[in-house]
Amino acid sequence: MRERIIGGYDHFVLPFMIGMIFILVYLLIAMIKVIMSLPASDRKKLALSLINPKIMYKNIRDIICDCLLHIKIFKRNLLLGYMHASIAFGWFMIIVIGHIEVMLFVPQRNGSLYYPLFYRFFVAEQNQTLKGAVFFFLMDFFLLVILSGIGLAMYKRIRSRALGMRRTTKPCFADRVALYCLWSIFPLRLLAEGFTAGISGGSFLTKPTNMLFASFLGNDMNIMPTWWAYSTVLGIFFLALPFSRYMHIPTEAFYIFLRNAGLKIHHPRKGVAEAEIYSCSSCGICLDACPMNVQKKNLPYSSVYFIRFQRRNNKKKINEIADKCLMCGKCVALCPVGVDSCGLKQAQRAVVNNTLPYDYKFLGTAGHTAAAPQNDDNGILYFAGCMTHLTPAIIKSMTKIFEAAGEKYLFADKDGGVCCGRPLMLAGKTEAAKEVIAKNTQNIMESGCKTVVLSCPICLKVLKEEYNLKGITLLHHTQYINNLIQQKRLVLNKSEESFVFHDPCELGRGCNIYNEPRNVLQSIGQLKKAGKEKKESICCGGSLGSLTLNYNDRVKITQESLNILTYNNPDKIVTACPLCLKTFSDQSARPVVDIAQTVAENICNGCIKQ
Amino acid sequence: MANFGYSLTKSSRIDLNNRNIEKWNRLVELEPDVLKCMACGSCTASCTAGKFTKTSLRSAILYLQNGQEKEALEYIQSCLLCGKCFMVCPRAINTRHLLLSISKIYSNR
Repeated sequence: MRERIIGGYDHFVLPFMIGMIFILVYLLIAMIKVIMSLPASDRKKLALSLINPKIMYKNIRDIICDCLLHIKIFKRNLLLGYMHASIAFGWFMIIVIGHIEVMLFVPQRNGSLYYPLFYRFFVAEQNQTLKGAVFFFLMDFFLLVILSGIGLAMYKRIRSRALGMRRTTKPCFADRVALYCLWSIFPLRLLAEGFTAGISGGSFLTKPTNMLFASFLGNDMNIMPTWWAYSTVLGIFFLALPFSRYMHIPTEAFYIFLRNAGLKIHHPRKGVAEAEIYSCSSCGICLDACPMNVQKKNLPYSSVYFIRFQRRNNKKKINEIADKCLMCGKCVALCPVGVDSCGLKQAQRAVVNNTLPYDYKFLGTAGHTAAAPQNDDNGILYFAGCMTHLTPAIIKSMTKIFEAAGEKYLFADKDGGVCCGRPLMLAGKTEAAKEVIAKNTQNIMESGCKTVVLSCPICLKVLKEEYNLKGITLLHHTQYINNLIQQKRLVLNKSEESFVFHDPCELGRGCNIYNEPRNVLQSIGQLKKAGKEKKESICCGGSLGSLTLNYNDRVKITQESLNILTYNNPDKIVTACPLCLKTFSDQSARPVVDIAQTVAENICNGCIKQ
Repeated sequence: MANFGYSLTKSSRIDLNNRNIEKWNRLVELEPDVLKCMACGSCTASCTAGKFTKTSLRSAILYLQNGQEKEALEYIQSCLLCGKCFMVCPRAINTRHLLLSISKIYSNR
């Protein structure tokens, strides 16, 4: 173990050092900028989260699982996961091992930025010693891991389907520069270490490389050019990093801290939003996820391009994409980084639409039209919602179910009530929504009921997230019916009929309710699987989220969604959202019903008395 | 003014010269669906806010065509954007975007 170069410096480290210092300064400034643009309360929250051991544990776990191992991508596709993990984890290990080597063998060089990277150049080692051999082996092993990942990445450019992706993002210029640098960093490292292996030693990868080249190149003159090339490519990569998609590598780790501290988007471009925008890796998983992309012309409206235009501050494009999105949340659910692109779009809409005038004075006079409140602690308030009033079959079925279960309930909006406020939130009129929310909260609290049963998942989501309803349980009717069945207050006839369940966006991805409706359906008939379900379910096309998507485009989405639902040829399509019900009913050849309807049809009236 | 026990009613004359063609064209550009409306009134009949106020998209479109912009805005200012009109519209007009676009173009922000 001895230093080969006296002074521990050679000119070839300069390109690397320029890039490295640039990126470190850039990141520091960017981080300070983001933290400074957070509201004071959020900054306090972030500081507190850093001393909370529970959150810190979560931070570390998330960084290891998401940034290094890419567990989420592994779950989607093994090869794609391996490609990402091998490069990220392999590179991380090479850096860590490099540092360990410096610490153990040349402690006088501790703190030098370039030493761990160019260790093989500066230090000659004997692989006869156990220590040396172990490190040689580890370094070569991780280099091989990375090279296999790079090979897959190159193959993915030609045939992305082999790695489970139908479509991939179109890289921009800076992306290409960084991408080609990234591809060449590791083969160059192999060459550089290979040429040096004759002097500094090597292991199973670098030694044979050395011997191979020695046989026809035959001298050590190639050492310097390859190290220069390796250092230069690293330097260019770091210089291009902030302008390319690879900015996600440092930002993602930072964003995990913000996310786990529980910070919310407060502005479409500043603070948390900025961290999210730069955390996007442009991987393109959202391209395949987006229901709009059933038509190729809608590809430019995907989340990944929205975020790209956000980076470039292209206002026109940003607004165009933000207004088109269905807000179904599938891209958010599948995003390996967890970028809340729907939240970003909603914040962007608020910038445009929040100043639109409105007049909700009528809210003062709009109260519950239902009977006098019952002061029964277990009283149930049934809130049907606007959309459910367009599908009265759901209300009728719910009435029947309440009666069969012997439930005393209060019908909040029997003669039509006030909207829940979610459509206003989605349109970006948050201030207007707050007035509606205040009114509804007052009505619900005054009713004295402790449980609210809702038929519309759109209402449920906003009641859960935006309303301040302390001590009140919120249930969607699927949950409520499931509870009744479990408590044996409702007994159903089971038949041979087969169903497929469509997960409405707001119920599934929005409120995380997947199992209750399936339990209920299993007690009525056979439940068949859809082509894509649960988290991956496809929007019905009727979503209130999209502002500009026209009817013809929506029909295409509805048909695609129906095709995927009827994959296993069920007798009936069952859903749990009045909006989905209405949208599907217009298009489907098969009967479409709400889960309440199927339950009401199959109530076994005599069963409970027996 | 002296009180005679009666008064003159305001003129109900519609002056089509008041119609701002430029704004209307901008509206058509933003949401071409506005031209599809056949004034059937399904939107008004199903309106959530319409139960409490005179909110009516159908009337708003008609008033805009007559050049009565202020009146048109009165008919949509209480809209809750709930989207029921979109669900019932037989012409499949993208009503929510139309409502937002009218507010954007015609109101003085």
